[in-house]
Formats: sequence, structure tokens, C-alpha cells
Amino acid sequence: MSEEESPAERVAIGISFGNSYSSIAYTSGEGKAEVIANEEGDRQIPSILSYVTGEEFQGTQAKAQLVRNAKNTVAYFRDFLGQDFKSIDPTPCHNSAHPLQHESTVAFKIKDKEDDTESTVTVSEITTRHLRKLKNSASDYLGKNVNAAVITVPTNFSDAQKEALSKAAKDAGIEVLQFINEPVAAVLAYDARPEAKLADKNIVVADLGGIRSDVAVIASRGGMYSILATAHDYDVGGAQLDQVLMDYFAKEFLKKWKNGGDPRSDDRASAKLKLESEAVKKALSIGSSANFSVESLSKGFDFTCSINRMRYETISAKVFAAFTRLVLNAVEKAQLDPLDISEIILAGGTAHTPRIASSLASAFPGSTTVLAPSTSPTAINPSELAARGAAIQASLIQEFETEDIEQSTHPMVTVTPHLARAIGVLCISSDESTGVFRHLVEAETPVPVRRTAIIATPREGGDVLVKICEGIRVIKVTKPEPKAKANGKAENDSDDDEDSDESDEEELREKTYKVENVLAEAALKGLSKGAKVELQINVAADLSCTFFAREVGGKVAVRGAWKAPGKA
Amino acid sequence: MTTVQIGLPLPVLSKDWSAPTESNNTLTAATDRNIEPVGPHFLAHARRKRHKRTFSEDDRIQAQTNVKKVEDEDAGEISEPEDPLMLSRDAKDWKGQDHYAVLGLSKYRYKATEDQIKRAHRKKVLKHHPDKKAAAGGTEDDSFFKCIQKATEILSDPVKRRQFDSCDENADVEPPSKKETQKGNFYKLWGKVFEAEGRFSKNQPVPKLGNDKSTKEDVEHFYNFWYNFDSWRSFEYQDEDVPDDNENRDQKRHVERKNQNARRKKKTEDTARLRKLVDDALALDERIKKFRQAEHAQKNKKRLEKEAAAKREAEEAAKAKEEEAKLKAEQEIAEKAAKADGKKAKEAAKNAAKKNKRVVRGATKEANYFHSGGAASAAQIDSALNDTDLIITKIDSEELAALTAKLNGKKDLAEIKQIFLDEIKTLVSAGKLKEGEAKSLA
Ligand SMILES: Nc1ncnc2c1ncn2[C@@H]1O[C@H](COP(=O)(O)OP(=O)(O)O)[C@@H](O)[C@H]1O
Ligand SMILES: [Mg+2]
Repeated sequence: MSEEESPAERVAIGISFGNSYSSIAYTSGEGKAEVIANEEGDRQIPSILSYVTGEEFQGTQAKAQLVRNAKNTVAYFRDFLGQDFKSIDPTPCHNSAHPLQHESTVAFKIKDKEDDTESTVTVSEITTRHLRKLKNSASDYLGKNVNAAVITVPTNFSDAQKEALSKAAKDAGIEVLQFINEPVAAVLAYDARPEAKLADKNIVVADLGGIRSDVAVIASRGGMYSILATAHDYDVGGAQLDQVLMDYFAKEFLKKWKNGGDPRSDDRASAKLKLESEAVKKALSIGSSANFSVESLSKGFDFTCSINRMRYETISAKVFAAFTRLVLNAVEKAQLDPLDISEIILAGGTAHTPRIASSLASAFPGSTTVLAPSTSPTAINPSELAARGAAIQASLIQEFETEDIEQSTHPMVTVTPHLARAIGVLCISSDESTGVFRHLVEAETPVPVRRTAIIATPREGGDVLVKICEGIRVIKVTKPEPKAKANGKAENDSDDDEDSDESDEEELREKTYKVENVLAEAALKGLSKGAKVELQINVAADLSCTFFAREVGGKVAVRGAWKAPGKA
Repeated sequence: MTTVQIGLPLPVLSKDWSAPTESNNTLTAATDRNIEPVGPHFLAHARRKRHKRTFSEDDRIQAQTNVKKVEDEDAGEISEPEDPLMLSRDAKDWKGQDHYAVLGLSKYRYKATEDQIKRAHRKKVLKHHPDKKAAAGGTEDDSFFKCIQKATEILSDPVKRRQFDSCDENADVEPPSKKETQKGNFYKLWGKVFEAEGRFSKNQPVPKLGNDKSTKEDVEHFYNFWYNFDSWRSFEYQDEDVPDDNENRDQKRHVERKNQNARRKKKTEDTARLRKLVDDALALDERIKKFRQAEHAQKNKKRLEKEAAAKREAEEAAKAKEEEAKLKAEQEIAEKAAKADGKKAKEAAKNAAKKNKRVVRGATKEANYFHSGGAASAAQIDSALNDTDLIITKIDSEELAALTAKLNGKKDLAEIKQIFLDEIKTLVSAGKLKEGEAKSLA
């Protein structure tokens, strides 16, 4: 397991290694990414290992062990990798093997041997075992020995964490070709679809997982992606929704069985409650109601109970609102407005929840598309986005020499100047204060860049002015005519009238541009009736520019240029 | 990259357009960012950029120097010493706990962003999770950990956070006393008070107190805002605990009612408190006096101007009147004088005419009543005198004077008669006398 495979012998897959679930994907000969099901038929494989008299279980089978064998079951360990004990949050491991300090790293004390002796297994070793299982599943499916992978990681994964993951993978016989950021993998999964159109747009990827949620605001320009801002939240995720249901069913259980005891206060009952609550939660993503049913939940009492979607959405309202706020905060952090966002890609298992998608859709303007199963029929399964993106990237680079990959991802290549403002042309009027700015190049576009536009001309043709400017995006807010004001003093005596007067006066918000800086002017004369003008702008890496404009189909073009800043 | 279609037409070139001399405008400085090394377009970019070059570790460091960071790093903004007393708190007494202090956000309080709260919480969890204490050989005591969870539960729920913020005395800024204010720090001292009070405003942003240079409009707007303050402050956080539903329902309802009343009372008191606070500030605000004085001065100025104008007008009117009177008097005198003069002239003329008449009549006598040879008979005398008088009445005083002048000193009978005859001739030709009317001179 020492040397890297030569590119020719590589069999590379994409791996999404999450705290709760992992997925493996490969790209078929036709360039289509496919998520692989393991022997149990799971495409979302719980990132859990469990040991029963020396036998190792992974995934769903291991998860089932949380009830009887919690102490020898390791779960939610991904974020511990490459960290020292001081900086990890052990909370999610409350109902499984607890993380411990071991030398400079984190470990678990589990009975993983046939003789049931306790051993200290580092998180690195656990990861290796988990990845080996994944590798084997993929190898079985593909019929070839998988030996390389692109693995997705959160945007805030440190170099130390990546290094630890790389080593753990290597120990499992996997050469990590590249780590790619989870949200970027999701964007790539969408952009790799044959029907995808290349467009400049701002995208939010909201990755709502099990024990953390991560949001990234990404500028997508000509198929290249730059992260403008990120937000991470370790307090909202699928686990919080599980908790809401656990509380609900526990109370219902207590109502029914006065002597049943609170299932939350007993480890085993609590584990059962949690597993079934998660199942109910998933069922409620599709159906309008679901059944909770556990034999001998607590103190030997069976419990069945049904819940409908409405009830679930009511009791989870606070968690849902927190997701929406997290996304809005990230947009704000990127110094953007919701109007700047063209798409929200919902990723991660929790993104299946219809209400989360619809809440987001209503928090954003109509021009923002929410890509989630419940809001868009063409959405990709949010649980598969990361693995698919990783598989696509793997197929793109698997033939590269390792050195080549290393050099192509070098900061000398990736660090690029991004335009501070949009560049565009004035339409209708030549006056900067009344002319309408239309952009050719959006702000945050990496340079060098070339963009072409086909622009209409006055009906009669004739002579036109091409005026190229920089534009600053501004949000124009128009307040509606104040309607007969709702009676000022509605001193409400009920205690919870939350922000009642916030939504009644909807203001109109529009995205426009303010012309800031005229860069060049050129005249195009004698255009024919109904002519169109082709304008091309080239911005070099030093921000110097050239442009040309001509009548579409015409032979003569006017050309111009302006200098790089600081070289006047 | 597909081309952009722009449906709006380009502007028509104006007649007087001329190609501008090359502009010195350049693009605004760019931001260095990392592009994600992912996807086919990136790989094309990488090929172009590398172009068979290899980069070193030094290149890496150099390239990364100015890159815009997108991941937050712990900037040490959320770190304060933990009060040992706080660490030993009982989580059951969560109502009495300062949630911001528990999370190490004492200096932010209501200003803490959701993001700060999240990060603060995480920081505390990493430190105080019971597993960490166990690892450090400590007790399994998770009491403070529970405090942390409670603080986060409240501060990350917008409704609960407002309820707590409503009663967060640690964020209150007590208004300064009159004495303190009068030491001259009005804006600084009261500015802080209003900033703190402003946290309860439903309408944001809240206008600032400003300083001695604020305009009258701003100051008026400020106080108007505060006198119409719309507050979200509420007092359920201080509710008495409602007993569990298993207990007596009446008891439960009683406590609920009590709580409702208490909340309402506190709200009313708070509104009154704020009003008094604004009243106090207003009373101490020098700008108000300044504006009032300015207004006064303005008013006074107007009044004085008005008075002066009235005075001037009155004076002018009086003067005009005086002049008029003077003029009239002078006129009267002149008129009187003229009148007197006229009388004299008339009299003189009268006298002259009398004299002239006498001369004329005397001439008639001198001419022997126009009778040649011997004494004239009485009838002749009468006739001649009558004709003489007839002539006199037909001529005006000037003609009379002229006639007199002609006759004066004349002794010759024929000469005198000839003068009379000429006179008659003139009168006849002027149509004033008929031919032969003066018989004695026919
Ligand atoms: N169909 C579904 N509806 C709602 N929640 C789901 C669904 N599928 C998975 N989840 C939840 O998503 C979370 C896992 O998200 P995932 O992105 O796979 O995990 P992670 O990134 O934490 O490894 C879990 O809480 C799981 O219960
Ligand atoms: Mg995930």
C-alpha cells in the first residue's frame, strides 16, 4: 500500500464521507455519474461501525446495534479526524461509543476482538476500516479493485484534517486524487448534466446533514466556481428534527402508558425511539402521514402512533425557521441580496424535507430557483449530490499524473483576481444617469475573461453609441403607498403575537445597476434597419481590456482598449 | 460561454459626439479569490495558466498572501474570563442566569449576531462537554454544560431571545442624573442611554441623539421618534411559573391571570418610564434652548423690523401731511395775495376807467359837443354825451385807455371829432355799433 497506482491502473470512484452517511459513486463510460448501492442495497450507508464478538458490521447493520451494543458501536466520527481532543464536540456520540483523548488524537475504547477484550482504536483507524468497507462495496459492484478516489470534505476542513483523511484512505488502499469541497461537488453534479446551460450565476448550496448544516454561497462564472462565503451550524440538522419527534412520541407514549417510564431516560429505549423517529421523519418527506411503531419501547410496552405531515411541520417549525435563517445569513455574509441568488441547491439528507424547501422558496424572491425534490421535478437526489460530483471530478482527473493534479490545484493556478464590479454597456440613453446598464461580465468573475453580447439597436438603424462602463449592483426598494394604516394601538393581550406587523406592507425590491465608471466609448455608424450589434469584451489578468463592436454580419469593427489600473 | 442577448437598444449617437480622448479610467481593483479546482472549465483554465510550468512551495506562499478568506477564524472576539461562581451555577435556576455571560458574550448582548451566538456556543461546548471533564480527570458534573445548552436554546430562538432581552438588565444604561448631565457630557451620556433603549424599537434603525451640531429637523425627528416609540419589549420572562397541568386547574388559571396582569402592568410602567426618560433628556437638551432662543431672536427680529417699519411709515405719513399743510397754507396766502392784488388792480382799473371816461367826456365837451359854431343846445349836449357814453360802454377798458391816450391833450375840435369818428368806424366794422347809431357824430 505504498506506491500510488500509475494513472493507467487507476480505478477511481467518488466518495462522500459524512458524519452520518457515506456514499460511493462512479462515472460510467458515457460520463454519467451513478451512486453505488452496497450489498444491503443502501446508497446512503450509515458511517457507523459496530463490533459483535470480533465481527465488524458497517452501515445499516451497525446502526441497528445502537440499541443493544451502543458501547461497541462507533458513529459520528468524521469530524474528529485530524483533530485533537480539545477541539472536538463529543455531543453526537452520546448514544454510542464516546470519544476519548488518546495521545494527540481521538480514539474509542471498544471490544472489537473475538475474545471481547477492549482495545483503543483511533479515529484514524476507524476511518480506515470504514473506507475499506466502502472500497470493497464499490469494487464488488464494479468488478475491479478500486484504488483511487476523489473525496468530498466540508469547506472548513483544515489541512490537518485532510492530511489525516488522506492517510486513513491510503491505509485502506485508496489513493486520494483530490479532496473537493462538498458544496462545489453538488454544483458540479448539476452542471455535469447534459441539459445544463453554462450561465453566470450566484448559487447557494445548503447542505443540511445529520449533525451539522453547511451553507456556501458560490459565484459560478463560465463553469468556474468561487466560494464567496460559508456558514456552518452544528446546532441544526437532521438530529434536531429527530429530537422533535422523539419528544413528541415520548410524550404520546407517556400519555398512553402512565407506568411506561420516559423512553428518553433509558439508553436502550432512547436508541429505539431515535431510530424509529428518524424512520418516521424520512417517511414524512414523501407521505402525508407516517406510523411510529416499536415493540417493547420501554419497560416492555409496545407503542404505535401515527403522525401526519401537518403536525410534524408544526412541531418542527422552529428548526425549519433556523435553516432558513442560516441560509439568509450566509447570503448576507457574502454581501449579497436574496435577489442576487439564482439558485439554491439543497443537498444532504435533511434536504428531502418538503417544508424546508418551501420555506426557503418563500424567503427568497420568485427569481430564485430552489432545487430540491419537493420544489423541482428535475432536482437530483440531495443525498447523492456530493458523491456524484466527486465521481465526475474523479473521471476528469483519473488519468492525470499525481504530480499534474498537485500542480493544477496549486494556489498559483487557483488564486485569481475576481472583478469587483460588473462590466457592461449603456442602453437606450447615452446619459449615465438615465441609460440602462446591461452587464456582459458579472462582478466576481475571475480574470482573464472574455464575454460577447448581441445587442439590439434603434428600429431605424443609423448611428449608435457603444458606451462601456462599470456597474454597481444596487437594490431598489419601493415602498407601497401606505394603505390605511392598521390601527396604531392594537395592544394585544395575547402573549405570543410574533412580529404581526412585519409582513403586511410588502415592499417591492428590484435589482438594478448604478453606472460608476465610464471605461470607453465608440461609435458605430450607418447600421441597417433592424441591425444587431455584437460587442466583445476581453479582460486580461492585469485588468487591462480590449473590446470590439460591429454590426452582426458586418465586416467593419470598431476597436478600443483601456489600461490596467496603476499603469496610466 | 454562450453569448448574452441584450434586448434593449443601444443609444442613438448624438450629432455632436466625438471620439473621447483616450480615457484614463480603469477597472476597479480586483479581489484575489481561490477558484475551486473542480470541473472541466477549471481544468482548461489550469492548463492555460500552467502551460508546462511547475510551481514551488514559495510560489504557493506568495500566491496565497492576499487571498480573501471565506472561512471564519476565531478572531478571539468571543473570549472572556469565566466567573467561577457562574461555572458552579445550577442549571435549574436558568431564569436567573445571564445567558450572554454563560456563552461569553457579555460585551455583545442584544447586539450579538446569530452567527456569534452559534460560534460562542460551539466554543463553550468544546470546552465544557462532560466527556472533556471526565477526560481531564474531573467530575461527571454537567451542570454548567446544561447552563450552556439552556443559554443557547434561548438566545438562538428569536422569540425567546426577545423575551430575555426584554428583561436583560445588564444591557440597560441608567440615565445620568441632572448633575452629571450638566457637567457637559450630555451627548455622550444620553447617547448611550438612547442607544440601549433603542434595542426595543420595532422600527429600525433608531435615530441617533446626535451632537451640538445636529440640525433642528434632526433633533425634532429624534424626539418625535422617541415620543412615538413603538416597543416590542414584553415581560413574560418574569412570569411566575405556572404549575403543571396535573395540578389544580383553577390554581393554574389563577397564576396565568396573575401573570397576564403583571405583564400588562410592567408594560405600562415601562412606557411611562421611557416617556419620563425622554422628557428628562428633552429638558436637559441645550439644543432645544438654543433652537428656542434662535426662534425667539428670529421672532423678535421680525417684530422689531415690523415696528421700525411702522414707525418709519408713520413718520413719513406725518411728514407728508405736514408738507401738504404747508403747501396748502402757502397756496392760501398766495391766493389771498393774488385776490388782494386783483382787487387793487380792479380798483385801479376802475379808477383809471373813471378817469379815462372823464377824459373822454371832457374831450366831448372840449369838442363843443361836436357842434360847430356857437354854443351847443341842451339837446345837442345831451345827444353828444349820450353818444360818448354809448362808445364808452361798447369799448373795454384797454380800448378806452387807448382812446383816452389819443384824446389826451387834444384841443382841436375837428381833431377830437375825427378821433371819435374813427373810434365809431372801428366799432361799426367790429359789429359792435350800427352805422348812424351815434347820431351826434353822424
Ligand atoms: N428522506 C429524508 N427525509 C428527511 N430526512 C432525511 C431523509 N433522508 C435522510 N435524512 C436525514 O438526513 C440526515 C443525514 O444527512 P446526510 O447529508 O446524509 O448526512 P451527513 O452529511 O451528516 O453525513 C439524517 O438526519 C437523516 O435522518
Ligand atoms: Mg454531509
